[in-house]
Amino acid sequence: MAHPKENRILLKHADEDYFSTDIDCYLKYDGYEALKKALTMKPEDIRLQVKASGLRGRGGAGFPCGVKWHDLVDRKSGKPIYLICNADESEPGTFKDRQLIHKDPHQLIEGTIISSFANDVNLAFIYIREEMPLGAKILQKAVDEAHEKGFLGKNIQGSGYDLEIVVHRGAGAYICGEETGLIESLEGKRAYPRIKPPFFPAAKGVYQCPTVVNNVETLCNVVHIINMGGEEFAKIGRPNNTGTRIWCVSGMVQNPGYYEIEPMTMKELLYDVCGGPLPGRKLKAVVPGGGSMKILDTEETYKDRDGNEFSFDDIIVDYDGIMAAGSMSGSSGMMVMDDSIDILEALGNLLAFYAHESCGQCTPCREGSLWTKKITARMCTGGARDEDLDLLMDLAKNIGGRTVCPMGYSTTWPIESYVGKFREEMEAKVKSNSCGMTNFDERLIEK
Amino acid sequence: MSDDQKDDGLISVFIDGEEVRTKPGTNIIEVAASVGKEIPHYCYHPKLSVSGNCRMCLVELGMPGKDRATGKPMLNDDGSPKIMFFPGPAIGCGTNAAPNMHIKTDSDMVKECREGVTEFLLANHPLDCPICDQAGECRLQEFSTSHGAGYSRFVEQKNVKPKRTRLGPRVMLDDERCILCSRCIRFCQEVADDDVLGFTDRGSYSTLTCFPGKQLENNYSLNTVDICPVGALTSTDFRFKMRVWFLKQVKSIDFETSVGCNTEVWSREGKIYRITPRRNDAVNDTWMPDSGRELYKLVESDDRLEICQVDQVKVSPSEALSKAVELLQASDGLAIVGSGRCSVEEQYALKKIAETTKAVGVYLVGRYGEDDGILVSKDRNPNVRGALMTGLIDSLPEESLSELGAKIDSGEVKAILSVKEDLIAAGLSKAQLQKVALISLDTQSYPSTEVAKVAIAGLTPFERSGALVNQQFRIQKFHKAVPGPSGAVDDLVALGTIQANLSGESFPSTVASIWKSLGESGPFEGLSFQSISDEGILLDGTGFDSLPFVEGKSLHFEPKQEAVAAE
Ligand SMILES: Cc1cc2nc3c(=O)[nH]c(=O)nc-3n(C[C@H](O)[C@H](O)[C@H](O)COP(=O)(O)O)c2cc1C
Ligand code: SF4
Ligand code: SF4
Ligand code: FES
Repeated sequence: MAHPKENRILLKHADEDYFSTDIDCYLKYDGYEALKKALTMKPEDIRLQVKASGLRGRGGAGFPCGVKWHDLVDRKSGKPIYLICNADESEPGTFKDRQLIHKDPHQLIEGTIISSFANDVNLAFIYIREEMPLGAKILQKAVDEAHEKGFLGKNIQGSGYDLEIVVHRGAGAYICGEETGLIESLEGKRAYPRIKPPFFPAAKGVYQCPTVVNNVETLCNVVHIINMGGEEFAKIGRPNNTGTRIWCVSGMVQNPGYYEIEPMTMKELLYDVCGGPLPGRKLKAVVPGGGSMKILDTEETYKDRDGNEFSFDDIIVDYDGIMAAGSMSGSSGMMVMDDSIDILEALGNLLAFYAHESCGQCTPCREGSLWTKKITARMCTGGARDEDLDLLMDLAKNIGGRTVCPMGYSTTWPIESYVGKFREEMEAKVKSNSCGMTNFDERLIEK
Repeated sequence: MSDDQKDDGLISVFIDGEEVRTKPGTNIIEVAASVGKEIPHYCYHPKLSVSGNCRMCLVELGMPGKDRATGKPMLNDDGSPKIMFFPGPAIGCGTNAAPNMHIKTDSDMVKECREGVTEFLLANHPLDCPICDQAGECRLQEFSTSHGAGYSRFVEQKNVKPKRTRLGPRVMLDDERCILCSRCIRFCQEVADDDVLGFTDRGSYSTLTCFPGKQLENNYSLNTVDICPVGALTSTDFRFKMRVWFLKQVKSIDFETSVGCNTEVWSREGKIYRITPRRNDAVNDTWMPDSGRELYKLVESDDRLEICQVDQVKVSPSEALSKAVELLQASDGLAIVGSGRCSVEEQYALKKIAETTKAVGVYLVGRYGEDDGILVSKDRNPNVRGALMTGLIDSLPEESLSELGAKIDSGEVKAILSVKEDLIAAGLSKAQLQKVALISLDTQSYPSTEVAKVAIAGLTPFERSGALVNQQFRIQKFHKAVPGPSGAVDDLVALGTIQANLSGESFPSTVASIWKSLGESGPFEGLSFQSISDEGILLDGTGFDSLPFVEGKSLHFEPKQEAVAAE
């Protein structure tokens, strides 16, 4: 199942016929050995191992996990520390956490237990998006099984360490993935992201207590860091981009799917692994890290910090490689578009999503996301005006960096990059106002 | 000036280059306001938690740069510290002053931010200010003028939301005007302790609403109308009755209870249109109960006593007063029923009358309800402490005048001078009152007024001035907002005239002049009406510590007994 160019660590067993979600199966393949090892270590040492591993967060921002745990979490306040596994995966084009949850739930439970132990946590939450009812069931079963086997509850494996994990289902909003929105939702309120400062989760998280929030994939990696040791883990991948990442490739390639790889070039991933474009088609653009991230033009020449030029094909698919090309690896959802795609429609489609998902708390994102959606919807249905592209760009400028949470950028980065890079194509559309927008979903248009 | 904290505990920050000394932890909006610079804002309210959602208050922040390698301060060519500004803006409401912080409040970036936010807020907002009741006191209207572009780039359909929703008995909601600042929601949660408001739906479709099966009906609901920066929340009582720019504001006090909320009375051409709270951080912050806002209706109530009467026949005030003096001179066995609703000045005059007439009893009618723990106290008289301090009474009043009743029955009391009280409601019977010469000074026609020999038509608190002492022993002033009925007489003039005639000596009958004697000695020594500031002055009430005051804890009040018990 796995492609030869993959290095499956997290997904090692996931798609194999021999494997199931039962704890007995997990135990047969050395499950919970990492936990047993971790329980013999000092929490502080586990944190240092994670720091040494160079593991970066897989949820979007790529923040170094060890730094979060070791340096940021407030251990002096005397308040309980909580851990939350962010399983709200809702970024367009992202479906990796779902694989990990559905196919190897005990790996996530084990990672969560180790991470909780490392952070002196006695109560952890897995916040799973509402639209994954099966995942929630599977996780709950895994939690129950782990309880039965003494990996959860009081005095875990005779270590004196206590931990409970609560599987909490969300209520169906993208913004619940933003960590402070998630925390509000977990507390039973509307998922309005909190202002930072002062509400950094590491200091004032759930119930105003220090809270560690990590993505599903991040926590799964912890199991392997303990098994291998931080330094050994750091040898996988590239410096500052250690370990593997699961890329979710969707759209117009021969073999879309999820691939756990070490850093490789775009060409290798899209052509060798994913089989290249569909017959007779050419790749036009790629959104590299989930819908919010800036689009990459396959024909563009990119320049790194030192001024070296490189082509789209040469972009290295990892945090720093995509950053060098001016975008971000985000949630590793890679959406591939070929030359059949109308870029204005693509933008309109995406903006409709973010307008629908803006929590509505802060003015620029709330009003700007809907306004820009209305503009693109109008443009896509024959009502484009010459000034619309400039208006979009100007509105984007008035949203980005002025909002409560980073979601403002989910509207502005697509606008700035799609319009910025494909302006000629869009202008031609505007001029002719032909907008033969056959694919545009009428439902996106305001009544 | 140089670094860090100095002895005064203040820190230096720089607003547009100008040094300002401030307490650490003060937010940027407040620091700027302290030097007269307004940072426009909607969601921030000084008495509510910071939500940071409107983004109108964005400013630029900078700190003196430090060289990474050497740790030394970075300097400009002229030797001044080099300020490194953050690339993006930050909210003023959610940013606390830090030592040597630099804040730009009118840079190009800041102006651009405000213009952007204004444009976004107006995108889905109705542009019909001429028919909006908030016009004239609308933050959105004001800031759109001062910070907006002046034209609209929005050509799409505006959102449609519910108009004229009844949130409760006193508050109406127009969702299309709501800018989703959440002030009203936070107020209900944090101050009124009645969490009934919330948003439904998401994004630009977000809609303020009441929770299913609930109403915004708590006794503080109208404060949401006050703090709503736009015309989304309006008062059922006030909406569309009068344009606010025609109204005159006069400072007053809520007479309902001993809390003494500071208020503002809004009137035009002698007619009161509304009462709103006036900020006093030591008493009521920026809030007041709904019940206190209705009190102006006394002025034009159906039972208003507009003309003086002698034996139920209408007379002029001077005729009524001379008849009153005549009766008082003729009768021995006079009892005085003063009121906890009288001002300090009136109580002082009553005290003097009591002395002159050697009154056989001086009473106040106690009025007690329930504490709500916020701004309604158990003592429903606003000025019992004033009566204590002027020496009119020396113990807390009882609700019933049964002791006075007994004295009437025994014949000891033959005349009563009653001020602002319905004696029948206070426990006396009509028959008892018919046995005595009753002289009353009232604003309303009570059942007891009907048996009064002389009924002097007095003034409501909105028609006179004076001072009250609240539960904290804070003396506070209220001022005349509208003239009284032409047939009525100012209470103090009435009492002063009576005292002058009875004593044969001149007696002051204006507030300012009575303070000449009040301020001479005793608990008010050194004070004059003029010298009492708008925030009031805390007096020394320790002399009354032994009295069993009834008030429990409320917003800015901690009862003495409890404090003692806690020790
Ligand atoms: C709008 C928005 C949506 C997000 N959604 C998710 C999500 O669905 N899952 C996730 O793991 N992180 C999401 N994040 C990132 C989280 O806020 C947080 O940074 C992350 O969970 C931290 O985990 P990590 O350090 O392991 O990546 C989102 C962030 C934003 C701003
Ligand atoms: S940026 Fe958007 S999603 Fe984030 S708090 Fe503001 S309105 Fe909500
Ligand atoms: S009704 Fe007024 S106070 Fe309440 S959220 Fe809307 S604008 Fe703010
Ligand atoms: S006042 Fe609304 S964000 Fe600061």
